[in-house]
Amino acid sequence: MKYIIAIFFTIIFALQLSAQDATEILEKVDDNMNSETSITKSDMIIYGRRNSRTVTSVGYAEGKNKSFSEYLAPAREKGTKMLKLEDNLWIYSPSTDRTIQLSGHMLKQSVMGSDLSYEDMMENRKLTEMYDSEVIGEELIDGRNTWVLQLTAKVVDASYESRKIWVDTERYVPLREELFAKSGQLLKKTELKEVKKIDGRWYPTKMNYKDMLKDGKGTDFVVLEIEFDTEIPAYIFSKAALKK
Amino acid sequence: MIRFIFKAILRDKNRSVLPVTVVAIGVFLTIALSGYLSGMLGDMIDQTARFQTGHVKVMSRAYAENIDQMPNDLALMDIEALHEELNRDFPNYTWVNRINFGGIIDAPNENEQSKGQGAAMGMAIELFSKTSGETERLNLENSLVDGRLPQKSGEVLIGYEFAEKLGAKVGDELTFMGSTMYGSMAFASFEISGTVRFGVMAMDKGTVIIDFSDAQRILDMEDATGEIMGFRKEEVFMQDEVIEMRENFNAKYANDSDEFAPIMKTLGEQNSMGSYLDLVDSVSAMFVIIFVLVMSIVLWNTGLIGGLRRYQEFGIRLALGEEKGHIYRTMIFEAVIIGIIGSVIGTALGIIVTLLMQKYGIDISGMMKDATMMMPSTLRSKFSPQLLYIGFIPGLFAMVIGNMLSGIGIYKRETATLFKELEV
Repeated sequence: MKYIIAIFFTIIFALQLSAQDATEILEKVDDNMNSETSITKSDMIIYGRRNSRTVTSVGYAEGKNKSFSEYLAPAREKGTKMLKLEDNLWIYSPSTDRTIQLSGHMLKQSVMGSDLSYEDMMENRKLTEMYDSEVIGEELIDGRNTWVLQLTAKVVDASYESRKIWVDTERYVPLREELFAKSGQLLKKTELKEVKKIDGRWYPTKMNYKDMLKDGKGTDFVVLEIEFDTEIPAYIFSKAALKK
Repeated sequence: MIRFIFKAILRDKNRSVLPVTVVAIGVFLTIALSGYLSGMLGDMIDQTARFQTGHVKVMSRAYAENIDQMPNDLALMDIEALHEELNRDFPNYTWVNRINFGGIIDAPNENEQSKGQGAAMGMAIELFSKTSGETERLNLENSLVDGRLPQKSGEVLIGYEFAEKLGAKVGDELTFMGSTMYGSMAFASFEISGTVRFGVMAMDKGTVIIDFSDAQRILDMEDATGEIMGFRKEEVFMQDEVIEMRENFNAKYANDSDEFAPIMKTLGEQNSMGSYLDLVDSVSAMFVIIFVLVMSIVLWNTGLIGGLRRYQEFGIRLALGEEKGHIYRTMIFEAVIIGIIGSVIGTALGIIVTLLMQKYGIDISGMMKDATMMMPSTLRSKFSPQLLYIGFIPGLFAMVIGNMLSGIGIYKRETATLFKELEV
């Protein structure tokens, strides 16, 4: 009987330890990937069956609820702007000189034919706020040791019911991510590469997003320039900035 | 002889009223139901052909594989040359371009804010072409609820329920947001020229129609189209002909390994229409067979009752020396005349009801408030020359067969026992 009780408490302790470890890992990932503000210039490379396109944009983000993007190239996209405030998303089109607010299921539509939805682009809450986590193993990815974390949504409005992420054990950067629907179906897969130390933090500068329900090579997101914790003028996060 | 029988039928109402009524009801039901079924099923086929499949459709192979996703990034290119080829090889068909596209329609208020928004099923057709026949084919002029058809670039037709949902009316501006053929963002402003009732709930709630040239411009589809639809110039679907066309056309590209090479599909190969076409063919045949079987049994029974009622009459006629064969033949003649009278009455009633149902139909829109399936909101019958004989012939045969079966009893009567029977 003593042995059974001992084993029982050992398991409970081990589980608690694992949960605690997973939460700590996730907190460190959040700290590493999130900042007070960020300004990012990036290329989005969209691979189609006929051709590929590169869309260049500059994005401003403050906290988890404010972001603003302006598309710089190609010519067709130039001047298109997006503003996210809380749960609202506005898109400005210079060709029609109109600002359209997207809501509800419209947010599930693809952004510029990429493998990313507006919802994906808007989601920047911390992982620890949205998911319970558990370490389920360790794996080697591109020569780097990673913890494999299983995340299960603890909030009802999470875009994906569960996630599996592979976190670099030294740099606390996710190197791979798989996003699942409630049914357990794999919806999206992300590979994060070319991790560089920028402003004292490790950050992936090339990401490949793959919508598993679509054919093709997915969408590459390449960070060209990034600044963390730079002051951003308040007017950037206003609807007036869209038409400027 | 016929005159004699005819007089007998008219004078002895008991001999004629019940069988005539039974035949007339049977023939009427056959015609009315057959007309209703072919109307309903045919409507769905016509509707599908006009809006979705054409009698044949040419697409790129890659597009055909993913057709449910409206994949305009896989559209057909160099369509001018393809049109020349189609017109040369199949001159009996009208070839029209169509682009189906999805996106968001936003209706702004006076402050340029969104007052309504919804996901749109866009359909680009050759509205401005004088030869495409698209406005007549889709019956757009008669479907207008308000306004007029688009006459210039930048005008749009919109499903009337969609317009209501957006809070928009004729003359209002709408903004479209979607993706170009190459995946870029597509924005465009349109003015509502008219609202239409397609008679299909799914379309009334979310369809917008623009001219093909507008769609080419907005979606970056120069010399490209999603689909080229072929309609027989007489607008009648000919299954055997389109199968031959498909085989000839596809054979030309059989050795082309390009995934964007054109492929032709017939109506029967799209939208699971093949099994539907088979169903339509077999339903009428099934009706006739069931009718003949059921009516034969009913009329056999009617004939038997008549035979029993006329047992004494036949006995007297036999006793007077009339031949059994003669009695049997007169009975069959009677059955033919009664069958003809009943079938004429039934056919006339059936045709009248079918024509009325064809003109006015049954409005089931109230039952389809939330339907997303593409089916007409008014159920109509369809008159076809086939209806003139589809009930008449079985009605006549059933009556005759019924009487032939029941009349066999005449031959079983023994002359020796007749007087004894008649005394009873």
